[in-house]
Parts: sequence; structure tokens; C-alpha cells
Amino acid sequence: MIIGTVTGEIHSTIGHPFYAGKKMLLVEREDGAGQRTGTYVIAVDTVDAGVGDRVLINEEGGGAREVVRSADAPVRSLIVGIVDDVQAGG
Amino acid sequence: MLLGRVVGTLVPCVIYEGLEGVPMLIVQPLDKAGEPDGRTLVAADATRMAGPGEFVYYEGGREAALALERTFVPVDHAIIGIVDAFHREEP
Repeated sequence: MIIGTVTGEIHSTIGHPFYAGKKMLLVEREDGAGQRTGTYVIAVDTVDAGVGDRVLINEEGGGAREVVRSADAPVRSLIVGIVDDVQAGG
Repeated sequence: MLLGRVVGTLVPCVIYEGLEGVPMLIVQPLDKAGEPDGRTLVAADATRMAGPGEFVYYEGGREAALALERTFVPVDHAIIGIVDAFHREEP
């Protein structure tokens, strides 16, 4: 899983049926030191996250399809947690 | 998923079984601000409604083929949907 910060949202009406009604957020990734890497991912929200939240993202299809209880959903990136605090490097 | 801009179309004359009729589009990947970033790629259009100039989101890997009607096909990028609105706040 990776950590990132939600910085935007995406709205779409034409798309795969799986994504109908799903909240898609733009998450900027961070590295091990908590610095933004400049890269991003569009992830489906499962925890009611919003812009400004630091979140935990599952980026593996098998796990993501398990969460959404579908064997064939074209989904890989899911926001599965909101981060309070990270302690690392100690 | 990532953001992309459709910049062209591709018409195959021979294609692997299962991919007949699936539109193939040339996509320019975009960065978090919507600016072109990196090399273009060919993506299958799972929406069947995207076209040149369209602002889309696409997925790579196994999930790309899962977006298509026939899901066990050799596809590594697929357009999942068309972006209507995109809001981003500069941190």
C-alpha cells in the first residue's frame, strides 16, 4: 500500500458501469520521508475521504476486487484508510 | 488510473481474437495538473465513446482487459471513462 494526499476529484458520466456513482479522487503520492513525489493516482474512495486528507491506498487489483466484492471489476487503486500519523525512520 | 488526452486513432488490419471491433486510441498521458507527461500509448477504448481531443482516465495492467466485454484478451491499457470535470487544489 502507499500513502498520499488527496488533492482533487474527478467527475465522469460516461465510463465503465463499475464506476457509476463511485467517488474518484486524485491522490498525490508521497515517498518514505513524507515528501510528495510529483506522481499521482486516481483512486476510488471507500472511506469518505476528501481533498486535503492524507490517505492509505491499496494498489493491487486482487485486493481491490475483494473489497468491492466483484471478481471482474476493472479496479486496482482504492483509498482504504485515512492516515492520522506516520512514524518512520526511528 | 491516470489521466490522458486522446490524440489519435489506430485501425488494425489484423487483430488478436477477441479484440475485433474494439476501438484503439492513441493516448497522451497527463500529469496531475493535466499537462502532457511522457510518451503516448495505445489504449483499447472500453467506453466505445471516446475520440480525439477527449479528456479520459485509463487503467493499465490486468484491470485494462477486465474493462472490456471480453476480459481474457491481450490488452495492457484501456480507457475506462471520459472526464466531465476535474478539480484540483494546489497544496
